[in-house]
Amino acid sequence: MFKNKIYIIFIVVFALLMPIGYFTGLVPINTLTLWGRYFCLAIAALGVDLIWGYTGILSMTQALFFCMGAYGMGMYMTLSNLPEGQVLPSFMVWNQVTELPFFWVPFDNFWYALILSVFVPGLFAGFLGYFIFRKRIKGVYFAIITQAIALAMFLLFSRNETMLGGTNGLTDFKFFLGFDLRHNSVKFGLYMWSLVALGVIYWYCHSLVNSKFGKALVAIRDSESRMRFTKYKVTHYNVAIFMIGAMVAAVGGMLYMPQTGIITPGRMDVQASIEMIIWVALGGRGKLKGAVVGALVLNLMYSVFTTVLPSSWLYILGGLFVITVLYLPKGIVGLVDQMKEKLNSMFVKTA
Amino acid sequence: MLEVKDLKVSFGGLVALNLDAFSIRKNELRVIIGPNGAGKSTFMDIVCGKTKPQQGSVKFKGLELLGRKEVEIAKLGVGRKFQKPSIFSGLTVYDNLLLGLDGPKDVFTSYFYKLASFDKDRIMEVAEKVGLVNDLQMIAGSLSHGKKQWLEIAIVMLQDSELMLIDEPAAGMSDVEAEKTGNLLCDLSKKHSVIVIEHDMKFVEQIAIEKVSVLVRGQMLTEGTFQEVRNNQEVIDCYLGSANSAQQQAHS
Repeated sequence: MFKNKIYIIFIVVFALLMPIGYFTGLVPINTLTLWGRYFCLAIAALGVDLIWGYTGILSMTQALFFCMGAYGMGMYMTLSNLPEGQVLPSFMVWNQVTELPFFWVPFDNFWYALILSVFVPGLFAGFLGYFIFRKRIKGVYFAIITQAIALAMFLLFSRNETMLGGTNGLTDFKFFLGFDLRHNSVKFGLYMWSLVALGVIYWYCHSLVNSKFGKALVAIRDSESRMRFTKYKVTHYNVAIFMIGAMVAAVGGMLYMPQTGIITPGRMDVQASIEMIIWVALGGRGKLKGAVVGALVLNLMYSVFTTVLPSSWLYILGGLFVITVLYLPKGIVGLVDQMKEKLNSMFVKTA
Repeated sequence: MLEVKDLKVSFGGLVALNLDAFSIRKNELRVIIGPNGAGKSTFMDIVCGKTKPQQGSVKFKGLELLGRKEVEIAKLGVGRKFQKPSIFSGLTVYDNLLLGLDGPKDVFTSYFYKLASFDKDRIMEVAEKVGLVNDLQMIAGSLSHGKKQWLEIAIVMLQDSELMLIDEPAAGMSDVEAEKTGNLLCDLSKKHSVIVIEHDMKFVEQIAIEKVSVLVRGQMLTEGTFQEVRNNQEVIDCYLGSANSAQQQAHS
């Protein structure tokens, strides 16, 4: 009974009350857009939870995959937003580029862009994961290597020669699939799409972690050697979940793009990945609910505190992290579960 | 079944194992005893691919095991139970057994896995044997030490390995539990080759229906039936804790 309650509350609040509030004029559209973005980040957090929470691999590239999805969508939007008669994005013209680089060409088509935005990060993760996991690199060493990769990719994306807009990134979009992004109804539509995507991906992750595959992931976290001696090729499992996590993050990034209207390399640096890990740690590692709750709560707090006390955010985030590590090893979700158990046992005693 | 020749391992100059010859038949139950640091666990580590020896050969069903990876060796039919119970502590007992179940274990099979009724029957059968039927929904990490041991034995049993390496199965068990474990191992040896490492002499007496091997300081001291071994003066010296005589043995 308790288990389903949180889902019902979530659906009532975000799929019912928020839209009603919007149509009655009580909730401004910007609030909805903000939540729509949080949903996208929560999707990325689900990926972190699969990789770190369930399989125990601390990866620092999750924000990179998120951004790769966002860049893919951004490339499509850049090309579809070009003024009549212009074949190259402005930043290329300024860099004296005369021809559209080959890797931009397929992004002219929305469906190609959609597929590539998911599969390029997935394949990249697979390639990367294969070489790292094959050497049985894990724990801190895995974290350090992925951190270095995230930094390298950040530097790569920041260069003008990469043809992805350098440090300015991709921005200045007015239309998405022909819809005017400034319209409230379009913004509302994107909010709903993000909500649906979060729901679908949550459901997918839920079925994944409850499958035998998901159990095998937890088993790898608990005892990798036992898995090997039980005939499981641990490397394959690690690579598979690393790829799935990357693709999940990329979907989040794709939906994030039209709602923020800008993507820069700044979003993929190491710090961004660490923040995602903090969301999951605070929300409750190893529980899908924890990832979503952590991402939503911390991003909401970020928005609130950066408005009220602009310079205090990093102190608050750091403080919360210390509290989690010291007192809440299972995060917010774990705390709620514990309180429920206490309440239940109290009822049992009195009854 | 298993044939070992001229096996030598040293860790940083210290010779941990120096085994001239060791072999067991099909469906044999062999007990290895010996003082701490005799190289018993190291021997198992080598057979199952965890440790790489400097030289020697380990042949299983005529195939050389050295140089192969853990998964390959496991697939050839070698199962291992560790000294410290190595189970999946975050999963339920049932899920532990499900993962142990023999069958294809690649990513795709697991991904699309649907529980078949004969799989379930097999899990229940093994759970019955090790006495974990009432604990199937427990989180494995919260089991008592003895039950953890049984769970790990059950995982090895489910794999149906032809050769089972069982490291200190009775550690942390009460006498009653140990006796049950002993019966289980004797039962297993009807269809599998089993090597058991054990310290508890009472337990060894129960399971030593065939040969007992005594390892001391990395070398095979003697082999024989339990009675022979127990009455062997050299073995008595080692077990009485007289370090000097053991040292002399090793040198002579």
